Amino acid sequence: MTDFILILLATFLIVCAIGVSLNKNMLVSVVIFMSYSLVMSVVWIFLESPDLAITEAAVGAGVTSVLFFVTLRKIDVVWKRDKKKEETEENA
Amino acid sequence: MSKLRKDYEKSPLWKFLTFVKGDTPLPEEDHTEEWIRNVERAEETEKTENANYIELKETDPYEDAKRFAQMSGVRVFRKIYYVLAALMCIMIIAMLIMNVAFMPRFGSDETPTNNEVAERYLADGVEETGAVNLVTGMILKYRAFDTFGETNVLFIAACSVMILLLHRESTKLSVAEGRGKKLVKKKKREDEEDVDAEQDEDVILQTIARIVVPLIFLFGLYILLNGHLSPGGGFSGGAVMGAGLILYNSAFGFRKTQRFFDETVYDVIKVGSLCLYALIIAYYLFTGANGIDPMIPLGTPGKILSSGLILPINLLVGLEVACTMYAFYALFRRGSF
Repeated sequence: MTDFILILLATFLIVCAIGVSLNKNMLVSVVIFMSYSLVMSVVWIFLESPDLAITEAAVGAGVTSVLFFVTLRKIDVVWKRDKKKEETEENA
Repeated sequence: MSKLRKDYEKSPLWKFLTFVKGDTPLPEEDHTEEWIRNVERAEETEKTENANYIELKETDPYEDAKRFAQMSGVRVFRKIYYVLAALMCIMIIAMLIMNVAFMPRFGSDETPTNNEVAERYLADGVEETGAVNLVTGMILKYRAFDTFGETNVLFIAACSVMILLLHRESTKLSVAEGRGKKLVKKKKREDEEDVDAEQDEDVILQTIARIVVPLIFLFGLYILLNGHLSPGGGFSGGAVMGAGLILYNSAFGFRKTQRFFDETVYDVIKVGSLCLYALIIAYYLFTGANGIDPMIPLGTPGKILSSGLILPINLLVGLEVACTMYAFYALFRRGSF
C-alpha cells in the first residue's frame, strides 16, 4: 500500500516538474512549484525523515514561493492588467 | 549587405586574413575616420534623443519580442534549439537512470553508507552526545563545525542580498515616523514605494493571522527547544518561525512589524547569534584539542535540559535562520526592514 502511494506521489512530482517548465503563466507555475514542495514534504514523511519534511514545508512551500510572488509583483507580471485598467480609468 | 560586410570587417578573422595578405589599412586614417563618424553619430543621437525616447516608450516590448521571434533566422534557430534541448534532456535522463541502475537497492544492508561510522553513531551516540534525536546529536556535536560553516553561508547570503537590495534612507524615514517625530519626506519615489509596500487592510487575512501566527511561533519554538528530543532542530524551527514572521508582516504591514523587529534588532540577533555560536565552536575545539573533559554536564538523555551545548546551539541557529528568512522577504518586498 505504501509503495502504491509512493509511486502515485512520485508521478505527481514528475507531472508537477514538467508543468512548471511548460506553463507560460508565471503565477500558475509558481503555484505548481508550491504544490510540488508540499507533495515532496509528504514523500519525506514516507521516507521516515520528518525533520526534512518540516523544513521542506516551511522553506519550499512557504518562503520560496512567497519570494517568487514578491518578485513577480516587483517586475509587474502578476498585477499588470490591473495597472492598465487603473490608467484607463484615470484617463477617462 | 553593408551591415554584414561591416560585421565581417570587425571580426578578428578578417583582421588576421588582411594581415596575412599584407594589405592592412593604416591605423591612423582608420582612427580619424572612426572618430569623425562617432562625433557625427553622437550629434545625431543628441538631436533625436527625445524623439527616440518617446518612440521607445510607445512601442510595446512584447510586440518587439514577437516581431523578433518571427524573423526567419530566429525561427530556424528555435527549431534547432528545441531539437537540441530535447536531445540534451533525453541524454541526461538516460545517464541518471544508468547511474541509478548501478546503485544498491534503497534500504538494503549492503549500501556503503551502512559502515562502521553509522554503527558507532547508533551505538554510542546517545551516551556521547546526550541527545535522543541522533540526527541532531550528529549534526550539532560530531559535526558542529560543518553546521557552523552552513550558518556562515546563511549569514553571507543575507549580507549579499542586503548589498544588492538595501537602501537605507527610507528605513530612517519610516523609523522616525514610527517614533512620532515629524520628518519631511524628501524623495517622491521612495514615498511611493512605501505606499506600494503598505498593504490593504485585508480582514480575512488579518483575522486568520491573529489566530495562526501565535500557533506558528509556538510550534517553531517547540521544534527549536525539542531539537535534541524529537525530529527537527535549528534549521527547521528557524524556518517555521521565519515563515510566521512573514505571515505577520504580510497581514499587518511593515509599520507594525517594526515595533518589535527593527533593523537594529535584526543586526544584533544576527551577528550576536553567529558570534555566540563561534564561541561555542571555539570551546569545543579547545577542549577537544587539549583532551580536556567538557565542563558542561550532559544530563539524563530524554529531558529538556540535557545534551550539553546542543540546546543553545539549536536556539542560536534557529534565530539566525528566522532572521535570514524574514530579511529575504523584507528586502525583496521593499528594500528595507
